[in-house]
Amino acid sequence: MDGMSPVEAPTTTPSTGVATAVEPSSGRAPSVEPSSGAAPTPSVEPSSGAAPTPSGEASSSAAPTLPPRGAVRLPRPAPRGPISTALLAALSRSPGAVDLGPLRAAVAARLTDPTDWRTDEDVQLALLCLYELHYRGIAGVDDDWEWDPDLLAVRAALEVPFEAELRRTVPVPECDRRDRTGVAERLFALTAAADGPSLSRHVARKTTEPQLRELLVHRSIYQLKEADPHTWAIPRLAGGPKAALVEIQADEYGDGDPHRMHAELFALVMRAFGLDDTYGAYVDHVPAATLASLNAMSLFGLHRRLRGAIVGHLAAFEMTSSLPNRLYGNGVRRLGHDDVAATWYFDEHVAADAVHEQIAGRDLAGALAEQEPELVDDILFGAACCLALDGAAAARMMQAWDADGTSLLRPLP
Amino acid sequence: MTDHGRTTDGHPSTPPRPGSIVACPDGPLLVRGDVEVLDADGRPVDKGRRTVALCRCGGSSIKPWCDGTHKVNGFSSST
Repeated sequence: MDGMSPVEAPTTTPSTGVATAVEPSSGRAPSVEPSSGAAPTPSVEPSSGAAPTPSGEASSSAAPTLPPRGAVRLPRPAPRGPISTALLAALSRSPGAVDLGPLRAAVAARLTDPTDWRTDEDVQLALLCLYELHYRGIAGVDDDWEWDPDLLAVRAALEVPFEAELRRTVPVPECDRRDRTGVAERLFALTAAADGPSLSRHVARKTTEPQLRELLVHRSIYQLKEADPHTWAIPRLAGGPKAALVEIQADEYGDGDPHRMHAELFALVMRAFGLDDTYGAYVDHVPAATLASLNAMSLFGLHRRLRGAIVGHLAAFEMTSSLPNRLYGNGVRRLGHDDVAATWYFDEHVAADAVHEQIAGRDLAGALAEQEPELVDDILFGAACCLALDGAAAARMMQAWDADGTSLLRPLP
Repeated sequence: MTDHGRTTDGHPSTPPRPGSIVACPDGPLLVRGDVEVLDADGRPVDKGRRTVALCRCGGSSIKPWCDGTHKVNGFSSST
């Protein structure tokens, strides 16, 4: 071994004495949230700006852990326009007890010009909320909304233009070969030809501390549920591709250790930078361009028809991770955050995703292409969408920084 | 279940996955299953995950593991 790798660090015994935010145990009755928009009770101690405290250990080499947390719902977001206003108003009541007419009318009005879907704050927030019903749920929202047919129809009305715009603006990369190796090689070539890790180079060289905190806030929308959208694909696959996806996802989820789940490692970084690591704490800060990246994953993951796209998305995501994360880690250290809590997440992804990209290229995407050759175009489309959407979100971020502005919708506290 | 091939009541459990090494084209060696990685002194190296990628291009900054550098240093496994 060359040097000390964070993965060698011993784990400490997790603290168990911290109260966790819990949901109503019945799961039926919606919990009543104060309507003031007050932040939900975080599942961990409030961040003080200090590095996370490894429970009971003083050694700087000990891997820090967070107390076990409860299942935290997405805080109820602030609406951004007529659709999300009508949606959140409806969701505050029980399905069947509310008329979705105003919501349908708001969607119909927007559908008269179904363009710029990817950057529409109102549309992307509405999609985020509709998809969130399938993940952790939203504070104060009845879980029965998840399968309400009328609400699903509204989601479909918003999804159709979203997918159409993606198909219109993200060309399917050509791929002459349909075999496992050929598809894998095409994916590697596609991701290598992408504009390159310009955001990560920026972070490595010159990003300021406030800008890095903004980046973490953007990323938190996905990273605090890292891997979940791709997990939807597991039951949609069979045989080798299914096993390959499970092999990747098991690693993402810490191989059974909750403190090594990648989402938890990201929470450590947030705390190291004095940010609130509560699930969804910054949803109101994050612009549509960033939400669209996550919404595309949810779109691909929740539709069996698009299983090729979610697999291609994961392949591209993994193939553009190792080298950038090394640079992110360098940037974090450059800013003086050299403790394990701040760097573990990035160092872990350098090593993990160098493994995952190989599995994702051949054993997952390549094998799926051989199993279901008609999915090849969607595999490449999903990969191209990953690059296009993440690229657009990063470009928007860097443009704001170049103008000495903020990339967020509202300033961080 | 224990991880040594025995359940808690002493009966044999599913045997560990046999070791395998995949030489990835223009990339690392992907090591799966029941394989120990040792350092130069014969001490086991913590793999950190079930499946690991060993650097084959020589350029990794986290040897013996792959860090993706082969994608940017022109490494080819075809010769």
